Amino acid sequence: MEHGAKSRYEIPVLIAVVTLTLVIYVARHAEWFGYLQLSAGLSLILMLLVAGSLIWILIRTLDGNPAGRRMVFLYVAVAVVLPLSMQLTQKIEVTPEVNQLYRGLQALPHGAKVLATFDYDPGSAAELQPMAETFFKYAFDRGFKVIIMGLWPQGPAQANMALTKVLSEERYKVKSLRYGVDYVNLGFQSGNEFVIQRMGGEFKSMFPTDYNGTPYDSLPIIRNVKNFSNIDYSFNLSAGYPGTKEWVLVGVDQFGFKMGAGNTAVQTTGMYPYLRSGQLIGILGGMSGAAEFEEITKYRGKGTKFMLSQSFSHVVVVVFIIIGNVAYIMFERGRATEKKKKA
Amino acid sequence: MRRDIPLLITGIAGVVFIVQYFIPHFPFNRFSNWFSDWFSIVAACAIWLGALNLFKLSLEKIHARREGWGYAVITIVCFLLMTVVGFSEGRDYSKVGTGFDWLYNYVYSPLSSTMFAILAFFVASASYRAFRARNFEATLLLIAAFLVMLGRVPIGDLLSGFMPPGMRLSQLATWIMQFPNTAGQRAILIGISLGIVSSSLRLILGIERSYLGGD
Repeated sequence: MEHGAKSRYEIPVLIAVVTLTLVIYVARHAEWFGYLQLSAGLSLILMLLVAGSLIWILIRTLDGNPAGRRMVFLYVAVAVVLPLSMQLTQKIEVTPEVNQLYRGLQALPHGAKVLATFDYDPGSAAELQPMAETFFKYAFDRGFKVIIMGLWPQGPAQANMALTKVLSEERYKVKSLRYGVDYVNLGFQSGNEFVIQRMGGEFKSMFPTDYNGTPYDSLPIIRNVKNFSNIDYSFNLSAGYPGTKEWVLVGVDQFGFKMGAGNTAVQTTGMYPYLRSGQLIGILGGMSGAAEFEEITKYRGKGTKFMLSQSFSHVVVVVFIIIGNVAYIMFERGRATEKKKKA
Repeated sequence: MRRDIPLLITGIAGVVFIVQYFIPHFPFNRFSNWFSDWFSIVAACAIWLGALNLFKLSLEKIHARREGWGYAVITIVCFLLMTVVGFSEGRDYSKVGTGFDWLYNYVYSPLSSTMFAILAFFVASASYRAFRARNFEATLLLIAAFLVMLGRVPIGDLLSGFMPPGMRLSQLATWIMQFPNTAGQRAILIGISLGIVSSSLRLILGIERSYLGGD
């Protein structure tokens, strides 16, 4: 029965998704989204309406009609999509761990060699790509020499996406940054921790050529880089294994270079022991970390823009958990009363 | 013989890596590099093995017309498309503006992001249905979750702006992350590390043989 119901919905849902995608595609190219900006007043009215409807759901729950999961999906969608058009601003407070990372970067001299490792795929790009873009902007403005690599196959491609975006900005176009001189992408190498281990001896052993197949020694930026001892700082963006933990355990502990990291929100909690012990200089946690990094570097971008959606969706989830608990308490009370009656 | 050789390789590689950590000089560093290179080669082959296995399983699914075989067709078509486009562009496949790059940016990347984005809906739904204050510990977890969820976003400070400094949601969330969370994570890390040490020793000494398969 369940499978039958699923099959009945599959085609209409597919048509709806394709139609919506086409509409968004046309709207984006026709720049319709520019007209969809909601003023601060209208945004507040909409937020009050959403809040009112959540109170109504709470009242219905108290009456014994709890909301179904589709209602939760709808509210999460509204909480994520609606704020994208709102012209509301929020004050972003910078946490100590982001501040620490920034101070670590600030202490580097002009022309410092920075190893940027991209260990994530497009699935985590929403959280990590804004960090990557901000990092590149900061690095290029400070004149750092950026060496990119990845322990995930998709990592170097993600780095290229961020690079393309940053380098297309007028501010960086005029700098005439040169590939192989100011930055280089060494690409992906399989082998997880063993790649880090081997790089401790010689980078070239793991990356005889760069991402485009250019021999290692013909690239001026890395010609004199033998191993980690020639690197001033390492910045890791990671979404899992292999990632920050492996870089700390195999790289930082064994070869002693300085490292800061940007992680997905779920991964960040596990990195705090390394932060507190000083093995990590600083950490950017999830999209809020990206927004804080943008705030402290003054390069406001996607992280800052999406924080309103994140704020809104967190509140919605918290409210639904409260509603769920209200329903649970009512159910438990009802059961206890029934038991008493039976007794 | 079929079991002895893998056991010997495991034992020697394990001992070499342990010794190399404490004595990173000749000959141990040379052996360590040698094993690391082999690991990279084996890992690269494993990627191919995984891809071919996916191809084989999808073909079997289509042949047997098992449930969801249509998705297997899409898997194979996409797999072949990426492979053919990638190979047809030779060494330049990864450069910006190539067909492979276009497929990565406009097909793979949005699809992968969409799959991850769906998680937000399931997490919200699961939290609504399962995150209950059933007992003291669960209530404590629930309160901590509320504080972190609201404290990690700017709206947290807006909601707790009336509180005295040090008691605002962002500061409470930072405190939870830096102290109770770190303490808990450390305990977990120490436990995991001890487990890894013991199971590694069992592997190196040949006591643990389940990875060889069979009995």
